Amino acid sequence: MNDKPGYRRPHAGTQPDYLHPAYQSTNLRSPSQPLVFLPHSLSEITGPTIGAERVSETDNDLTAQHEGEPQGERIIIHGRVLDENGLPVPGILVEIWQANAAGRYNHERDLHDAPLDPNFTGTGRTVTDAEGWYQFQTIKPGAYPWGNHHNAWRPAHIHFSLFGPSVLTRLVTQMYFPGDPLLEYDPIYNCVPDTSAKQRLIASFDLEKTIPSYALGYRWDIVLRGRDATPMEK
Amino acid sequence: MSLYATTSHTVGPYYHIGLTWLNREDLTVAATLGERVAISGQVVDGNGDVVNDAMLEVWQANAAGKYDHPEDEQDKALDPNFEGFGRVPVDAQGRFRFTTIKPGSVPGLQGTTQAPHLVVLVFARGLVKHLLTRIYFDGEALNGDDPLLACVPAQRRGTLIARQDAAGVYQWDVVLQGTDRETVFFDY
Repeated sequence: MNDKPGYRRPHAGTQPDYLHPAYQSTNLRSPSQPLVFLPHSLSEITGPTIGAERVSETDNDLTAQHEGEPQGERIIIHGRVLDENGLPVPGILVEIWQANAAGRYNHERDLHDAPLDPNFTGTGRTVTDAEGWYQFQTIKPGAYPWGNHHNAWRPAHIHFSLFGPSVLTRLVTQMYFPGDPLLEYDPIYNCVPDTSAKQRLIASFDLEKTIPSYALGYRWDIVLRGRDATPMEK
Repeated sequence: MSLYATTSHTVGPYYHIGLTWLNREDLTVAATLGERVAISGQVVDGNGDVVNDAMLEVWQANAAGKYDHPEDEQDKALDPNFEGFGRVPVDAQGRFRFTTIKPGSVPGLQGTTQAPHLVVLVFARGLVKHLLTRIYFDGEALNGDDPLLACVPAQRRGTLIARQDAAGVYQWDVVLQGTDRETVFFDY
C-alpha cells in the first residue's frame, strides 16, 4: 500500500522559531537540542475530531453568558477557515479566550489593576460550517501591561485554538485589530520575520458585517496546513 | 490556489479560561477495551524549575492499533468507548497524571511497524509554537524496530520512553530545555 501524503512543511519566515529572545519566556522554555525530523505517518495524519456534538449554538456569543451585558464595544468576528490548498475546513472546533474591555482576564493569575466585569467570562467556542465559516459575538478586549520588558503592553488580541483534520493542523494563535499602535512594539506579534505573515494576524474592519446601531464587524480568515499534493512514495 | 498557514502564537498564561473545559484525567470509560496505564510526570524548564502553566494534548490509537479517524482505513475494529484524545493539565508543581489504555501498534511509512506510542503536544506560555513529542513504553518488544525511534540519536531515545514503576504505572517527564535530559521534540 502506498503511503498517504503528509502535510506541507512551513513556508520560510511564516512560523516562529522556539527561541525568540525578545519574548523572554522563550529563553528557558525553548528546546536547545536539534529537533528530530518527523515523517508524517498515520499517527500524525489522523487526529481528534471534536465537532458540533460538544458545542451548543449559543457558545459563540460571549456577550450572552451572564444576566447583564458586558462592558465594552460590542463586535462580531467572523471568517473562514481554509487549508493551504484553499479548500474550506468544515466541522472543526474553534475555541477563543480573551481579556475584558478593561484589559483584564477572568483568571486568578491575572493581577493587572483593572476591573473584572461580572458579566464577562471571555470564553467562546463554535464549529465551522460546511463552507468553513465561523462567527463570534463578543466585546473588543482591552490592551494590558505585562512584565516582559519596561513599559510592555500587549496589543488588544483574541486567542484562537483550532483542531482541523489532523494532529498536524492543530493551531493556536492570536488575532489582532487594525490600526493598533502597540503592534510594532509587541515581541509576540513580531515573532516571525515575514511581514505578510504578521499582517495576516490582523482582522479587517467589515462594514457589511457591521450591524447598524448594534455591533462593529471584523473579518479574519485562518489558514491551516494543507496536504502535500504528491505522496511520499512514487 | 496556494496559501500559507497562519502563524502560530503562544497560548499565554491565561489559556485555562478557554481550554480547560476539555480537560481529562481519564481517557477511558469502564467499557473501553485494553490494558489500563497511568502515566504521570512533570514539566520543567531549562533551569529545572517547574512549569506550572503548561498543558498537554494526547492522541493515540485504540487497543487494536486503530485511530478513530477517517484516514485510518486499516481493517481493525474501532472501540466505540475510546476516542483517543485527552487534554491534560499540569498542577502548581508542573505535575500531570492521566489514565488511558496502552495502544496497539500502528503501521509506519514504507511498510514498517510502529511500536505502541502516544502523540503528545505541549503548550505553554513561552512556547510560540506547540511542541510535538511521543510517549513510548518501556519494555515493548517493538521499540527496537520502531522507525521513528531509529531516527533519534541513541543517547536521547530514553527521553521518549516512559519508565514503568509498577505494573501499568509509568513515569514520563517533559524537559523543555537542557544539555543532557532535554526531551526529544520533533520537527513536524
